[in-house]
Amino acid sequence: MTDFESRSGVPYPNGGHVSPATPAAARPRIAPAPSAAAPSAARLPEPAPSRVAPRPAAPQQDVWDRRVADALAFLRRRLTGAYEVDEFGFDQQLTDGVFFPLLRRLYHDWFRVDVEGIQNLPATGSALVVANHSGVVAMDALMLTVAVHDEHPAHRYLRLLGADLVFRVPFISELARKHGSTLACNPDAERLLGDGELVGVFPEGFKGVGKLYRDRYKLQRFGRGGFVSAALRTGTPIVPVSIVGAEEIYPMIGDIKPLARLLGWPYFPVTPTFPWLGPLGMIPLPSKWLISFGTPIETAGRAEQADDPAVVFNLADQVRETIQQTLYRLLEQRDRDSGKGPQR
Amino acid sequence: MSTGQERRINGAIPRRRHRGPGVVLVTGVARYLGAQVAARLAADSRIGRVIGLDSEQPPAEFAILLAGGVEFVAADITTAEPAKIISSERVEAVVHLAVAGDRHAGGRPAMKEQNVIGTMQLLAACQQAPDLRKIVIRSSTAAYGASFRDPAVFTEDTEPREIPRGGFARDVLDIEGYVRGFQRRRRDVAATVLRFAPFIGRRANTSLTRYFALPFVPTVLGRDPRLQFIHVDDALEVLHRSVVEDHPGTFNVAGAGVITLSQAVRRANRIAVPVMEQGLSAAAGLARSGVKFTLDQLDLFVHGRVVDTTRLIKEYGYTPRTTSDAFADFLRGTGAGGILPGDAVAAAERSILGGIRAARAALRDSS
Repeated sequence: MTDFESRSGVPYPNGGHVSPATPAAARPRIAPAPSAAAPSAARLPEPAPSRVAPRPAAPQQDVWDRRVADALAFLRRRLTGAYEVDEFGFDQQLTDGVFFPLLRRLYHDWFRVDVEGIQNLPATGSALVVANHSGVVAMDALMLTVAVHDEHPAHRYLRLLGADLVFRVPFISELARKHGSTLACNPDAERLLGDGELVGVFPEGFKGVGKLYRDRYKLQRFGRGGFVSAALRTGTPIVPVSIVGAEEIYPMIGDIKPLARLLGWPYFPVTPTFPWLGPLGMIPLPSKWLISFGTPIETAGRAEQADDPAVVFNLADQVRETIQQTLYRLLEQRDRDSGKGPQR
Repeated sequence: MSTGQERRINGAIPRRRHRGPGVVLVTGVARYLGAQVAARLAADSRIGRVIGLDSEQPPAEFAILLAGGVEFVAADITTAEPAKIISSERVEAVVHLAVAGDRHAGGRPAMKEQNVIGTMQLLAACQQAPDLRKIVIRSSTAAYGASFRDPAVFTEDTEPREIPRGGFARDVLDIEGYVRGFQRRRRDVAATVLRFAPFIGRRANTSLTRYFALPFVPTVLGRDPRLQFIHVDDALEVLHRSVVEDHPGTFNVAGAGVITLSQAVRRANRIAVPVMEQGLSAAAGLARSGVKFTLDQLDLFVHGRVVDTTRLIKEYGYTPRTTSDAFADFLRGTGAGGILPGDAVAAAERSILGGIRAARAALRDSS
C-alpha cells in the first residue's frame, strides 16, 4: 500500500532528489520483523502483500516459507544470544529486525517523510549531523535514523546523542542504546566520530522538543556548542539538517510546570488531546514531514581551535542560521505543495 | 643500574630482555589470583626469590602450587609485620593482590580493613624500603563508578562523576589515592596500577561466576547493562609481565568488545528474571546459592561498565582474549548446564518450521 514511488515524492527545486532505487535496494537487506511475520504465520494462505518485492530468480511460491524461516531463525538467534553488540550497546540485528520495520510504518504511512540532499552525507567516514529538535517526544530523531538508513545508498546507521534523562529511565535507556544512541557528551561523540560513524545531535535539547506550538520552527539556543568542539577536534564535517513536520505531531499549547517538577520531567505537555483523551492523546497527528540535509561544513585541520570559544560560537551560529533559513524555505514549500500557500 | 644500559643498547624493544627483580613479594597468596601469580613468578628464571604473604594459611589446592618455590610467610598486612619482611629480605618488587572485591567471612568491615588499611600499611612499608624498585597494584574498573551520566567507554583518564556508593569501588578509589601519594614520595619506584574488569574463565570462582550458574538469573527490570570481562589467564599474564618487564602507569585490563547482561544470560542457557532494583538483593538471597549482591554489583547491573584497553595493548604488546571469548570459555568450564540449551532451541525451530510447512502443504492440497 505504501510503495515509495506511489507516495508522489515532491521534486525539490534544488536537486537532492531521492534515488528511485531506494526501496528495492533497501528492502532485501532488511531482516523480517518477527512482530510482523509471527502473527502472519496464522493467516498463511493470503497472497503476499506488496511489501516484499518478488525476486525475479525465486518464484513467489516460497516467499512465505522464506519469511517464516527467517523469522524463526531470528527468534532463535535472539533466544541464544547469537548476536553482537558494540561498545556503546548498539544492537544492529535488533535495529534491522525490529526497530526499523516498526519505525518505517510511521515514516512511510503516517508522516509520509520526504527527503532532500541525502547525498550530502558521506558514504564512508564520519559526519556530524546537526538538526532542529521538536515534537514533545524525540520522534524527529527516530525518523531521522530511518531517513539516513533507508534513503542513503550506503544504508548507514545514524548514532544519536541523547540527553542524560534518556539514560536515567529504565527501558527507555536500554532501547536507546540498542538503537545506537549514547549519552550526549564529548568523550562519546568524539569516540564515535573517531570510529568513522555518522553521529546525530540536537543542540537545542529539551528547549527544542519542549517548546510551545506558537514558537514552532523558531530555533532555540544552541547551548555551549559542544558539538562544534567535537567536530573540530576530530576534523569531521558538520551536516546541518532541517526537519519540518515534527512540530505539528503534538501541538503543545501549555506546559504545567508544577506537575513537571513533581514528576521530574523537563516539562508537562498539554496538547489539544493530551492529557484529556488519556492514552488516545498520545497518538501523534499525521503531519507531512520534509527532511533536508544541507551542504557539509568542513572542519578538517582546525583541531587546535576546538577550545576557542569565539570560533565555536561562530560556527554554531552558522549552523543554526543555515538550519533556520532552510526551515523557512521548507515551510513555504510545504504550504505550496498542500495548496494552502501564501495568498500572494 | 644495568637496566638503564640495556634500555639504551636494545633501543626498540628494551623491555623484553629485562632482568626481573631479585626478590618479589606477593600479597594475598591464600587466594586464587595471588597463589597463581606467585607460582608463575617462582617458575620464571628471571626472578630470584618469591615471598608469598597472607594472613591465613593457603588452602591445600593453593599450598601445592606455592610449594614449587614460593616462600610462604604468614603475616597480616593490616599490621606493621610486612614492613619487617620487606626491609630484612631486601624486596625489590611488591605485587599487591590482597585487594578483595568479593565479600568474605568478616563481612564488609573486614573487607574494608584489608583493602584500605592493608594497602596503607603496605605502602608505608614500601616507602621505607631502599631496595624497592617496583610496585604492582591490583585495582578494578569499579574505580570509574557507575552512573547514567558517564560516557559509554571509560579511558584511564576518565574521572568518576561522583563517589560510587559501592564499598569496593570506594576502597579502590582510596587505594589508588594512596598509590598516587606513594608515587609522589618515591619517584624512583615504578608503580603499575591494573584496573581489572570482572574476572571470568573456566577456573574463575567469583560471585559473578556463581551468579551466572543460577538456573534463573535475577536481573534489574528495564536495564540491560553492557558488561566486559577479563579472562583470568590473561589477567595472570598481564600481572606476570608487569613484574618481569617495566610498565609503569595505570592500565585498564579487559577483554575487547561487550556483551549485554541479557545476552550473557541467554548464552549461558539460563533464563533472566527481571526484578525491581530494590528486590534484586532479596531475590538473590532467596536463591540460597551463596550469591550475595553488593551495591557494587547492583550498580554494575544497572549501568554496566565498558573500558578502553588501547593503552594496555600498546604498552604490553599483549591483547587479552575478547569478552565474548572469555565468557565462552567460562561456559565451557561450567559444562552443558542450563534450561535453555542452544541445540534444543534449534531443534524447536526446525520442528516448528517443519510443522508450518506441512500445514501449508496440506492446505495447498485441499484447496
